[in-house]
Amino acid sequence: MDSPKKMTLHVDMDAFLPATEEEKAYMVQMRPSSTFFRDGVKRLVRNKVALTSFVVIVLITLSSIFIPLFWPYSYDNMLGVTPGRPVDSSYNNLAPFAYGRTELRLQEEGATVFPHIFGTDASGRDYFIRVVYGTRISLAVGFFASIIVLLIGMTIGSIAGYCGGKVDLVIMRIVDIIYSLPDMLMVILLASVLKIGLTPVIEGTVFARIGSNIISLFIVFGVLYWVSMSRLIRGQILSLREQEYVLASRAAGAGGRWIITKHLLPNCISVVIISTALQIPSAIFTESYLSFLGLGVNAPMPSLGSLASDALNGITSYPYRLVIPAVVISLIVLSLNLFGDGLRDAFDPKLRT
Amino acid sequence: MNSKTLVYIAKRIGLAILTVWVVITITFFVMRAVPGGPFMGEKAISPAAQAALEAKYGLDRPLSEQYFTYLKDIVTHFDFGPSLKQRGRTVTEIIADGMRTSVKLGVIAAFSALAVGVVLGAVAALRRNSLLDRAVMVITTAFVSMPSFIMGSLLLVLFAVRLKVLPANGTTGAGLILPIITLSLYPMAYITRLTRSSMLDVLGQDYIRTARAKGVSGMKIIFGHALKNALIPVITYFGPMLAYIVTGSLVVERIFSVPGIGRAFVQSITNRDYPMVMGTTIVLACLIVVMNLVSDILYKVVDPRINLE
Repeated sequence: MDSPKKMTLHVDMDAFLPATEEEKAYMVQMRPSSTFFRDGVKRLVRNKVALTSFVVIVLITLSSIFIPLFWPYSYDNMLGVTPGRPVDSSYNNLAPFAYGRTELRLQEEGATVFPHIFGTDASGRDYFIRVVYGTRISLAVGFFASIIVLLIGMTIGSIAGYCGGKVDLVIMRIVDIIYSLPDMLMVILLASVLKIGLTPVIEGTVFARIGSNIISLFIVFGVLYWVSMSRLIRGQILSLREQEYVLASRAAGAGGRWIITKHLLPNCISVVIISTALQIPSAIFTESYLSFLGLGVNAPMPSLGSLASDALNGITSYPYRLVIPAVVISLIVLSLNLFGDGLRDAFDPKLRT
Repeated sequence: MNSKTLVYIAKRIGLAILTVWVVITITFFVMRAVPGGPFMGEKAISPAAQAALEAKYGLDRPLSEQYFTYLKDIVTHFDFGPSLKQRGRTVTEIIADGMRTSVKLGVIAAFSALAVGVVLGAVAALRRNSLLDRAVMVITTAFVSMPSFIMGSLLLVLFAVRLKVLPANGTTGAGLILPIITLSLYPMAYITRLTRSSMLDVLGQDYIRTARAKGVSGMKIIFGHALKNALIPVITYFGPMLAYIVTGSLVVERIFSVPGIGRAFVQSITNRDYPMVMGTTIVLACLIVVMNLVSDILYKVVDPRINLE
């Protein structure tokens, strides 16, 4: 009699044979698995426009850092002014590749004089080094202002997104109001006031070297421009928080800290980097706009905006003095924008429009 | 218009009023926080004279009282007080004076940007990937990334200094041509790109294919179906466009010496005419806030599908 509890098992013993060489070759991974970052870089490199813009940015940045190190003239050195002697006005308003009176004499004696590639300005300062220095200032302001915006926006945005509830509501109402303020007008107002108010405060500290105007610019950026960044990050965190993998992680026993550092932040990092990259040109733009209105960097320090503004006074005789900073600033803003777009396309294909 | 739309409009108006109040408050207290007071920049004056001046402008009273008086004067009879530097004139007068030129400039710039932008954008979308389309895209990209002061300065160098075809000084009729072009190029480029992408979007919709299948003529499809719907996103740009024109006018009026509100504003910042700075900031801010409000509400009313919450 067969018992109903009897169990039989049919096993195909062939399945337990060692794999043949052919089968092994089939399973070998042909190339290392690509990470998200490597994928993005690959897409970015394939984008000719973004790559060219990147090269342009790197070239401009490197030259603005290194050229002042070996250039024989400095941005605030008035060439016609030597202590103890009357001012030599032949150095003022030199045309490109022209020389001042004492320099001509030196040349006659056989010495070589470093040329003034873009000539000199109305106070006899070498214009080329002023443009280089102005570029350096503009780039630095753009970069650091974006970092400030990033830090403030990320902190507040992630608090609002993660806490939710009343905290979120209050923060978002404040964001709404700041967002609807006419930003440029507020920037002008704050910059013009802070410029006056800050000067005595920072007297004698390290900040005095940077200049009250640039510091007030950073404060203004910190106060006004964090809102769009925090909105973005809050939105990201809110949507990521509801993802299945976060739920799965929580079900597996993960704590809040693990979820934030392992799941939420890595997934919004690309959005954060992209919007920071796109923030830089807008900061450079704002700085040059304020400098143009006379609210930017402190004289004699140049920025591209203040150079353009100064050039406006001698526009009929020396139009190239306006064209040079104008071209540099447009080039920087354009290539940063194009590179930012390329970054977005490469690292966040969802955002592509 | 359903009740949901009305609630949205009411909320939006509330936010606008709140924003204007915040602007006035920030402006007032920021200006009062400046150390030294408004008379510091002038040549040394005796304490007695300083006290007399402060009494005259009401600066000796408590801050809260000054604030409420200021707020009341603005709300009840649009009074921003007297200018400190242009003696005998009120801020309201100076603003009204400057506005006459600036509004003319801004309105012409806005309308020409709108007209040229929509036509260029629509044509570029209809001739997608043609030489014209590519040229339009390249040029508008360049215009969008060029700050207004650079654009204005380059136009000045080219047309007034090199070619000498247009005057560099913007006080007369012909002199307004360059400022208007400068102000309108950026919005024009932006509207072109906006119209192009939204037109491309609309042209791919099912109802366009249906209309085509029913034998509707090409012209009728473009004007009756496609363009009408493609222009809805352009409405949202009205607010930002005005904000751009207002801030752009500050530099453009400086470059071309146009006697408008922008130049008066910049001048009042340089010579610390605080009531003037406050008044102009508030008026311009209100203008921008109201325009944003109008374009948001218009957007909602024109396209009821849009869910703004």
